[in-house]
Amino acid sequence: MTAIRITQVEKNYQSLKALGGVSLEIKQGEFFGLLGPNGAGKTTLISIIAGLIRPDGGTVTIHGHDVVKDFRAARQMLGVVPQELVFDPFFTVRETLRLQSGYFGLSNNDRWIDEVMENLDLTSKADTNMRALSGGMKRRVLVAQALVHKPPVIVLDEPTAGVDVELRQTLWKFIARLNREGHTVVLTTHYLEEAQSMCQRVAMLKAGKVVALDTMAQLIRRISGSQLVLQLKSGSLTPDLRDLVIPPPDGHASTMPQAANKFSLRINDYAEVETILARLRESGAVIEEMQLQQADLEDIFLQIMEKGTV
Amino acid sequence: MSLFSTGFRTLVYKETLRFWKVATQTVAAPILTAVLYLMIFGHVLENRVAMDSGVSYTAFLIPGLVMMSVLQNAFANSSSSLIQSKITGNLVFVLLSPLSHWEIFSAYIAASMVRGIVVGFGVFIVTAWFAELSFVAPLWIIAFAFLGAAMLGTMGLIAGIWAEKFDQLAAFQNFLIMPATFLSGVFYSIHSLPPFWKTVSHLNPFFYMIDGFRYGFFGKSDVDPLLSLAVVGSFLIVLALFSIRLLKSGYRLRH
Repeated sequence: MTAIRITQVEKNYQSLKALGGVSLEIKQGEFFGLLGPNGAGKTTLISIIAGLIRPDGGTVTIHGHDVVKDFRAARQMLGVVPQELVFDPFFTVRETLRLQSGYFGLSNNDRWIDEVMENLDLTSKADTNMRALSGGMKRRVLVAQALVHKPPVIVLDEPTAGVDVELRQTLWKFIARLNREGHTVVLTTHYLEEAQSMCQRVAMLKAGKVVALDTMAQLIRRISGSQLVLQLKSGSLTPDLRDLVIPPPDGHASTMPQAANKFSLRINDYAEVETILARLRESGAVIEEMQLQQADLEDIFLQIMEKGTV
Repeated sequence: MSLFSTGFRTLVYKETLRFWKVATQTVAAPILTAVLYLMIFGHVLENRVAMDSGVSYTAFLIPGLVMMSVLQNAFANSSSSLIQSKITGNLVFVLLSPLSHWEIFSAYIAASMVRGIVVGFGVFIVTAWFAELSFVAPLWIIAFAFLGAAMLGTMGLIAGIWAEKFDQLAAFQNFLIMPATFLSGVFYSIHSLPPFWKTVSHLNPFFYMIDGFRYGFFGKSDVDPLLSLAVVGSFLIVLALFSIRLLKSGYRLRH
């Protein structure tokens, strides 16, 4: 079942095209990453999903409910953690969460509110005024506010921006648990290692367009970025293997004393490792050290943002 | 539309709690201001203003001050809450919720009415000791207090939606609400005005609110209270429809 369906969504700010016909489908129960550089359109897209911004064209549905025409049902399905650190200075943490529950029609929700506060280490601050909280604590309350009505779809817009390691671990543990329990999670983050460890599927936006959309595994596989790093004790690479060598970054080779006998070979498939080893054996070369390095999301991200595709 | 839904009740509670938490500023201060008006104007003008209705000037002034407090505070509640929430960004919590535009409108107006009535009642309790008041038609008093509070709450909602900065809201308040209130007959009867200004006063909807409210106390008014009720009711309906339309369109709230 589809949790979020985004169809040809467009948004213009005067002459700036913030979103140029974005289409995406996020399945129920997925942990989905929305990545892109600043100004790519991530927050605009999330704001359209949340009903905070009206699209100029296209449609968005959440569990089949149009976010404009059937906004009540759509918003009931959605919990959004906004990027900005906003709070109401008149209320305590508990009051804030009770009010948020009430907006979603839940008048007696203290049990779940207590559980959310417990999981986000907020219990000790329950009766503290929002103004008195640190930035990290305010961020936790924002997350708690998004979860008070147990939404089947949770959207986190840069939830860990500027927060400490402890909160990140607490937050991801709780969000991972909710995802395991069936909640769909959509995440935007600048911390690519977070996206890589949490997300099953990723869409990359650039200048308001989707430039990559795939599972994390497929994306990493698609980029020919896996490397076999070899340190030879004796002998050298055969000419055909030399074609696979990835040139070191400028100035890097000259600073490394062992660079003459250390090579990084590009491989597309693990089966190629066997072929390379066989060729080296035939040529009489002896391997001193060998390492297999897989491309990570950062490599893919940089390549996509540079070339526009992989 | 589920007008008395949990969401609606929660937003009313939140908007009421918001002003109650700073009651010194939102309730006590306007009561003190009204008492100062009464003491200064009442003392200075008591024997200088000839009232043709047989009511003392201080007694005439009290309902005007009560109604002025109701109106100003009803306006202040919805307008200040909205502009603060917009500028600090916490309006997003209401905008992200499934509350309908009807529920948002009704909740803001209900909370504005609560503040207006609470302050007005406070002003009445404190000022009633200064003159002998009668209550000829209490239902008219209640009707105009509620309608006036609802109308100014709605105006506050419109101003809060329209304004993007505090000074824009201040301009709305200082150049529209204050003159309309002060020139509505709070401090004088329009019968004492020259014919031109008397005609101009009839174009001011605030005049009908004050005049109708005062009728409830003394059974005497500058115009028929039914006409006042019709004017105030019509204005309220037009403003309410306009503000609901603004909320539905997302004007300056959803971009």
